[in-house]
Amino acid sequence: MPFRWNPELGPEDVTPEAMFQERRRFLRAAAVATAGAVLGWDPDAVQAEGGLAGVRKGAVTLDEKLTPVREVTSYGNFYELGTGKEDPAKLADRLVTYPWSVRIDGEVEQPGVVSLEDLLKPHPLEERVYRMRCVEGWSMVIPWIGFPLGDLLKRFVPTPKGRYVAFETLHDPQRLPGQAREVLRWPYREGLRLDEAMHPLTILAVGLYDRVLPNQNGVPLRLVVPWKYGFKSIKSIVRISLTEQQPVTSWNQHAPDEYGFFANVNPEVPHPRWEQRQERRIGEWLRRDTLPFNGYGEQVAGLYAGMDLTRFF
Amino acid sequence: MARWLIGLLPLVWLGFGVWQNTLGANPVERMIRYSGDWGLWWLLATLAIAPLRRLPGCAGLIRLRRLFGLLGFGYAALHVVFFITFEHFFSWSALFRDILKRPFITIGLLAFLLLLPLAVTSTPSWMRRLGPQWGRLHRLVYPASVLVVLHYFLMVKADYRLPILHAVILGGLLGWRGVR
Repeated sequence: MPFRWNPELGPEDVTPEAMFQERRRFLRAAAVATAGAVLGWDPDAVQAEGGLAGVRKGAVTLDEKLTPVREVTSYGNFYELGTGKEDPAKLADRLVTYPWSVRIDGEVEQPGVVSLEDLLKPHPLEERVYRMRCVEGWSMVIPWIGFPLGDLLKRFVPTPKGRYVAFETLHDPQRLPGQAREVLRWPYREGLRLDEAMHPLTILAVGLYDRVLPNQNGVPLRLVVPWKYGFKSIKSIVRISLTEQQPVTSWNQHAPDEYGFFANVNPEVPHPRWEQRQERRIGEWLRRDTLPFNGYGEQVAGLYAGMDLTRFF
Repeated sequence: MARWLIGLLPLVWLGFGVWQNTLGANPVERMIRYSGDWGLWWLLATLAIAPLRRLPGCAGLIRLRRLFGLLGFGYAALHVVFFITFEHFFSWSALFRDILKRPFITIGLLAFLLLLPLAVTSTPSWMRRLGPQWGRLHRLVYPASVLVVLHYFLMVKADYRLPILHAVILGGLLGWRGVR
């Protein structure tokens, strides 16, 4: 267990977070510059476009206390970087993200492989504060930075046959060492119905707390669907496909009786291991009531009109 | 010297962690897992005494068995208290629903209920009073330990390495009794 005690050190000896982050940014910039020199791109462009200048603040806000950045970045599930909830932060450095490109294919008029820079270029970034509810019964409030997924999909023009959107995480056991073991069938896959994907609350995030996504949070590009359990919000995306059939999704494939395709936050549908009526907000000792659709029912319940949500859970 | 104080060291570590806020982002989860882990480990240690005491010079280990068993029960009790307090905050109806609806809770509780009479009858006076029945009663530790490991399996989502490791150790300890 990490246990350190040095009475000579006081709070004044702690490196200020800003300085710590500045150093990290410097290291990252240095790494990008090196990669750029080798591969011949302009590191400033990567920084500016992957980066967080000109973010429109307050696009979506929430009158709830933000979960501190330390908790947001040190606790979570990203099985590709280890199955413990504190593993991803420890193994994060393995996930080298430059260069990064995303394949857009399937039922779209303009399929292709797009560099991250080109993918992000047309989209103004905005800050959206969302609740995040994990199927395991814990939750956070996170200020994401991203843009609506729908805006991206429109650029590639879905064909009339495109009824679902399928996503895939990078599959590379060198950079995602957790994939060396077949805990789930890699690559991680997720999917949405097209109307869910086009919903204005559904975003692709590239940052949180005014910074580029930390590796463990799904760098460089991840989905955020705030009314669904967290496992739907797939990380480190390399492929987005429009499909006619409902796509296979990883946790559903692993245990279909436990994890549905829709996975809408629903206190009325119990899970065999986790009580879903309540949740523990990280930072609090006691549990609070879980809200239907994670509190976004007003905006999204209409998507499911007439569906039996205990059957399509 | 009171040997049982050593058994409290994990608890001291946990208390220090709560006090210093070093238990990570989800301290409640950590407390529940940690108390459960130690309950299981003391239980496995209890079951390991019988084979180990046959090694040369190790006969004295038998004197530790009751202590280990009680520590196992103690950490299991703490695990149950943490669960009732932080998962349900003494809401008994929610607790009962949980016990009925979630098999892994049902099985964990069953294991605890099997250990309870063993802890109660662990004193010399109960040993005398029960006579030969005492040994028979205390064989309940075998089904209890199997249920505990099953409880562990059912809790895990996909990465079964740790439950498997514990199942192998338990299998060895019970298997040794079978072939002997």
